[in-house]
Amino acid sequence: MRSEAVRRRGAVALFVGPFFVLFAAVIVAPLGYAVYLSLFSEKSSGLGFGGTETVFVGLGNYLDTLKDRAFTDGFLVIVGYCLLYIPLMIGGALGLALLLDSGLARLRRFFQLALFMPHVVPGVIAGLIWLYLYLPGISPIVDLLGGVDFLGGGAVLGSIVNVALWEWIGYNMIIYFAALQAIPAEVLEAARMDGAGRLRTAFSVKLPLIRGAVITTLLFTIIGSLQLFTEPMVFDNSSDGVVSTWTPNMYAYNEAFGNNDYGQAGAASILLALLAAVMSYVVTKWSNRR
Amino acid sequence: MKWMSRATVNLFLVIAALYTLLPLTWLLFASTKTLDDLYGTPGFAFADFSLIDNIRAVSSENGGIFFRWYLNSVLYAGAGAAVSALISVMCGFAFDKYAWFGKEKMFGLVLLGVLVPTTATALPLYLLASKVGVVNTFWAVFVPALVHPFGVYLSRVLSAGYVPNEVLEAARSDGAGEVRAFVRVALPMLLPAFVTIFLFQFTAIWNNFFLPLVMLNDQHLYPLSLGLFTWEKQGNAFPEFHTLVITGSLLSVVPLLIVFMSLQRFWKAGMTAGSVK
Repeated sequence: MRSEAVRRRGAVALFVGPFFVLFAAVIVAPLGYAVYLSLFSEKSSGLGFGGTETVFVGLGNYLDTLKDRAFTDGFLVIVGYCLLYIPLMIGGALGLALLLDSGLARLRRFFQLALFMPHVVPGVIAGLIWLYLYLPGISPIVDLLGGVDFLGGGAVLGSIVNVALWEWIGYNMIIYFAALQAIPAEVLEAARMDGAGRLRTAFSVKLPLIRGAVITTLLFTIIGSLQLFTEPMVFDNSSDGVVSTWTPNMYAYNEAFGNNDYGQAGAASILLALLAAVMSYVVTKWSNRR
Repeated sequence: MKWMSRATVNLFLVIAALYTLLPLTWLLFASTKTLDDLYGTPGFAFADFSLIDNIRAVSSENGGIFFRWYLNSVLYAGAGAAVSALISVMCGFAFDKYAWFGKEKMFGLVLLGVLVPTTATALPLYLLASKVGVVNTFWAVFVPALVHPFGVYLSRVLSAGYVPNEVLEAARSDGAGEVRAFVRVALPMLLPAFVTIFLFQFTAIWNNFFLPLVMLNDQHLYPLSLGLFTWEKQGNAFPEFHTLVITGSLLSVVPLLIVFMSLQRFWKAGMTAGSVK
């Protein structure tokens, strides 16, 4: 009996070992090391001649990062991005899913596939395709619209929101559609018997029933938005509106590779990871209470 | 009135489908054009058909490095996703079928891992890797992608649903050890979980940009996305790179689209398992 228990313990170690060893190596250790680095700063000794020395600065890097206009401006960009992106994304995907589920849609499999297709395109390539669609001279739409400057300071946020919308709307729509399809027929039948029309059923019966799916996607959309990096990096080269510290992730990247300041880069990464964790915690809590 | 609303519903869906499909259609047209025609002819019309020439240009640029990038992407994403799926399924299976000390605490850790965004770890990974001295290697991009906490969560749920305890007991009483029971009995039943996680991870790795961007200097280790990104950056100075980027993008998207269309059943199952309860 005892040998059996030992044997099972060995099997458990074998099954969960690889995951947890890697988990420690590629998630826990890097985050821990970034926290450690973020507590130190390179100070040039004397008048800037000679080498530099590493000094413990405590939370100094965090304070510097939080005081840095470039970093806080990055968050303002994300706030603006979310204000524009989230209503369009959630509203659009929900609307399309409800249309598809309304019983009036034809070719439902085709529409699901067509709307999902952009999600298969890697983010960099989606960024590149749209960059060309925005680029005067190559773009088939810029001239059509009388030379709109999609990449200028005023419009580039909207242009990037559009790329993200293109990539994700079909994905979220399929999640909502699956949730809608899982609503028991009796519930919808009961609503019909009570005299609810299609619109009424959609808004008063179907929507509340798929609240869970909506909140999950909202959570992932917010966390994804905080990490905004790929699309603006692709646009950075051709757009006046995107600067090298345009989003918090770009700021952290720029600190590490532009300024070679690993302490500051570590602090920015940790702040970002913390914020993402806090936000997901809050959204989960909030959705459990409701 | 009823006919009206049916027309409206489908009209909206058609508009949405045009929105998602037209940019890809444009890519298809654009990749058949010479650089001059790219600037000089309407976006949604054919000009001199030079797709073959463009593909030839992509293949010969910098000694055929594009196909090296292709191979790298296939390796990073294919092998990475396969190993990652196996590790996740094994771990999820153990969470479901065995009891051990501190199990639920460790599962809490897994769930916490689901919430850590991957780009938040990319830079810390670089900082650590440069300390250890493994930046600019194949492994620096390959290994981090093996960890997929959501896959463990999914495997635990699916193991509870697909693998009956009695079947494992039967295997044990036939004299099979724990590992043998897993490989011969449980793993085949968990194949849908394996394929779903594989697809998830395959796309995630194929799409990953931040990690290779920070880790790699050597062009020969680049995945496709990073390679095309560096080509685009040269487009401002050398416009001929625009045709290379466009044709290269098409070549890298088409196989993905084909794979996904043919494996629809699996990714749909995986996507909805996470959000519909």
